[in-house]
Amino acid sequence: MGSLDGKVALITGAARGQGAAEARLFVERGAKVMMTDVLDDEGAQVAAQIGDNAAYMHLDVTSEQGWKDVVAATVAKFGKLNVLINNAGIITPAQEVHETSLEDYRKVIDINQIGVFLGMREVVEPMKKASGGSIINISSIDGLTGMYGASAYCASKFAVRGMTKVAALELGKYGIRVNSLHPGGVKTKILDDINLSEEEAEEAFKASPLGRIGKSEEMATLAAYLASDDASYSTGSEFVADGGLTAGFSLEG
Amino acid sequence: MSNLQGKVALITGAARGQGAAEARLFAERGAKVVITDVLDQEGKQVAADIGDAALYIHLDVTDENSWAAAVKETVAHFGKLNVLVNNAGIVQVKALVDTSVADYMKVIEINQLGVFLGMRSVAGAMKEAGSGSIINISSIDGLIGMSGGSAYCASKFAVRGMTKVAAMELGPDNIRVNSIHPGGIHTPMITQAGMDESVMTDIFSKVPLGRVGQPEEMATLAAYLASDDSSYSTGSEFIADGGLTSGFSLEH
Repeated sequence: MGSLDGKVALITGAARGQGAAEARLFVERGAKVMMTDVLDDEGAQVAAQIGDNAAYMHLDVTSEQGWKDVVAATVAKFGKLNVLINNAGIITPAQEVHETSLEDYRKVIDINQIGVFLGMREVVEPMKKASGGSIINISSIDGLTGMYGASAYCASKFAVRGMTKVAALELGKYGIRVNSLHPGGVKTKILDDINLSEEEAEEAFKASPLGRIGKSEEMATLAAYLASDDASYSTGSEFVADGGLTAGFSLEG
Repeated sequence: MSNLQGKVALITGAARGQGAAEARLFAERGAKVVITDVLDQEGKQVAADIGDAALYIHLDVTDENSWAAAVKETVAHFGKLNVLVNNAGIVQVKALVDTSVADYMKVIEINQLGVFLGMRSVAGAMKEAGSGSIINISSIDGLIGMSGGSAYCASKFAVRGMTKVAAMELGPDNIRVNSIHPGGIHTPMITQAGMDESVMTDIFSKVPLGRVGQPEEMATLAAYLASDDSSYSTGSEFIADGGLTSGFSLEH
């Protein structure tokens, strides 16, 4: 009955946070899900909790061979592959551009950007065989606007937004839709990586129009929309869920 | 089971095209819908087809008093109002140099002031309902230019801009405001823009998805924005254009 009946989704970075929320919601709405991550214990546990319609496999998104193995295993286990969520990503503590080492910069680009490039490339064949598909690339509001101290992160997220449009142009003829999702502040482990406590995060997003930080589940519902046939005429676009953070600025107090 | 249970939606321009498709889908997914238009016969017919979950009210979106009356009647009939789809609009294709002030203002009045009045008129009822979702139908012509669309593009860019301001102002009352940007959609408006079926098919076969969109595909996007599934989205553009605005190709 759910809107994701007949969908087989591969989700990267699915051991926790938004990826895990997406895996749970997708199965709840009728999909079968291959969860991947580098955090094997957590990933396998989430998959076990979800049950038979979920499986877990190790995937380092920067590994070409890893992608090939996961795609083949997904098709072998669930019969096809028609949804990909490129969700895996990292952020590093704020570093001004003149303090950012090439090594730090490349690490972010490798995972957040090259990982998405490889993922899109590797799923095209199975999606063609499935007569279409939906690729959902998790960018960020930092793919729409700048963030202080995040030259690598913003570069990677703007790159994802741009590649999404190119892939949409190229893959439309196969019935493969490609869109980017732009979360604002969302309560996940990634906040720890920029040394933001839960209280600080809550406080930081109070000033946004909806007055609160977002939940992983609220990103999962947007991903579910894009994965479903309800989104059949949307491709190459940005889908923002940021509580209004990027809507503008206010001169009021 | 459906995701619009408990929603009461007012949809403008709902006698045909996208508005009618939205009314049908919303009711199918559990909402009560108020269909408004200036095309009374067609609008009443759509409402009658849907049944008890629908009500037709005459509404000229440029008329402040009609808005107040329509909102009041909606709340009286269905108990509340928590979704507005500002869908009514007209198109005009005319070169800038040939566009009179009267031509220009006609489009602005309906497409832009109509949306302004709609947002303003429902805010009170939505506050009372505890939350709400306003969905403003802009266009890809609210994102890029269209030759011959000085009035139309102006109105659609304005809708996109006002959406963001309203999102900022109404967010504290838990009222979300977003814009939808349809590309080429198979509705009577295409004929108004001077396109026949074959021209339309030809033009939209060049977009990445290779076809014109259907009104039902805009209705599903509006349903998403009306539902609690989109609870963290406000002040943003939601595009369904088959990839038309995603870029250009040097191939072919």
